[in-house]
Amino acid sequence: MKILREALAPLTALAILLVLWETVARVFSVSPIVLPPPSAIGLEASRAADTLLSGALSTGRSALLGFGLSTAVGVLAAIVLSSSRVLERALYPYALFLQMVPIIAIAPVLVVWFGHGARAVAVSSFIVSVFPVIANTHTGMRSVDPALRDMFRLYGARRVATLWKLELPASLPHLFTGLRVASGLSVVGAIVGEWVAGVVEGDAGLGILVLAANRQGNTARVFAAVLAASMLGLMLFGAVSLTGERMLRRWHPSASGS
Amino acid sequence: MRMSGLRRTFPGGVPVLQGMDLDVGAGSFVALVGPSGCGKSTLLRLVAGLDQPNAGTLTFSPPLDHTPGARTPIAYVFQDAHLLPWRSVLDNVALPLELAGVPAAERHASARAMLTQVGLGDATARYPAQLSGGMRMRVSLARALVTRPRLLLLDEPFAALDELTRHRLDDQLLALWKELGMTVLFVTHSLSEAAYLAERVVVLSRRPARVMLDRHLDLPSERLPALRADPGFAREMGLLFHALEQGDAA
Repeated sequence: MKILREALAPLTALAILLVLWETVARVFSVSPIVLPPPSAIGLEASRAADTLLSGALSTGRSALLGFGLSTAVGVLAAIVLSSSRVLERALYPYALFLQMVPIIAIAPVLVVWFGHGARAVAVSSFIVSVFPVIANTHTGMRSVDPALRDMFRLYGARRVATLWKLELPASLPHLFTGLRVASGLSVVGAIVGEWVAGVVEGDAGLGILVLAANRQGNTARVFAAVLAASMLGLMLFGAVSLTGERMLRRWHPSASGS
Repeated sequence: MRMSGLRRTFPGGVPVLQGMDLDVGAGSFVALVGPSGCGKSTLLRLVAGLDQPNAGTLTFSPPLDHTPGARTPIAYVFQDAHLLPWRSVLDNVALPLELAGVPAAERHASARAMLTQVGLGDATARYPAQLSGGMRMRVSLARALVTRPRLLLLDEPFAALDELTRHRLDDQLLALWKELGMTVLFVTHSLSEAAYLAERVVVLSRRPARVMLDRHLDLPSERLPALRADPGFAREMGLLFHALEQGDAA
């Protein structure tokens, strides 16, 4: 019931927007190549459901792989960066560099390195989504209560014990903030990766579908594919948020009340 | 424990301690009182080995065995409870033993016993966020005592609590001290708390801290709440207050 009540406002807004959109498209006879009405997009989506679904699966696989890489590499990088001030100064600018890489420009190089297909796409997804994981986890590990560090030192805790029993658990809330941002970005990175490195035959992802439909002037299908990509990102985001809430429920204010 | 000529200067040249001498007998309860920011906490950190003095020596007899992994003979209670919010009360109290490599069954038994002793035997499965401030502080106290330390350092531990809760915890601390027999070094800025708890009170001046008064209180060893209204208690408070004022003016 609570979910229904909370969903009421955004759903109403959506309904109003769709009605307006449909009306404008019909009344002014806007060309379907420029702006297809929602009804046409819905029709196209159901007609091409199989293609869209397999496209979403393909993109989803790459995004999930990229997201997994981001999680593993991001946390490891944050641990390394937090382990010493010298390493932090030496390496952090390059971590930041990952954030600045114009992915569309470097994607052709990914094709050279990894060939066309899912591997290059996953790496593109990884590059786009890894930095928020590094930055947030690093912030989390840096903001561990100094008194708790003192306590661990007083009790003769080894480096590994301090990492495992203090620093990592303490940075979980930050880590999950990074993961939530990364989840959406990983889908964006996968789509962009597909534009450059995706394969058309057999295993076409949503990015390829968008390109192909655009070339054919099938704007309704472009919208349908974009919608599918957004839903993919939302699903990943939802899964990450839920996991975070479960893990933090007992102790962190960000997850209380659920 | 004996400190002589202890000196600590913070980066930037701010002298915090300039030649501090203090002897603390084993098993005694000593309170350190002084104005805020006078270096009381620095002194405790030096004693705990969390900070190194620029000059002077700190000796313990018999010497403390401070090899890593061994059960630490020093425990430290901070101003706030500083519990690990993701751990249950029991696992928080067991933490020092866990870090020393004590097997799970043994450390949980010790933690449970210590929690019972501070009156939290039925809260072991709860999480810090579910506890009141006073309860959290008791968990913190139990965590400090679970290693059976020879020296207990407390840095304004009850300052954030309301007065009634503080009085209860004061009594509880005294009872634990009598039972376990460790040496206690208690830093506070509350004269009445110092006078109520300690056998001996050391009043420090403003930074750089010097000893203004070092007094064995002329009060009965059995401290009961009624003592707070006793004329003898008021006399001791007056002496301490005078020394504190002089130290602040100097």
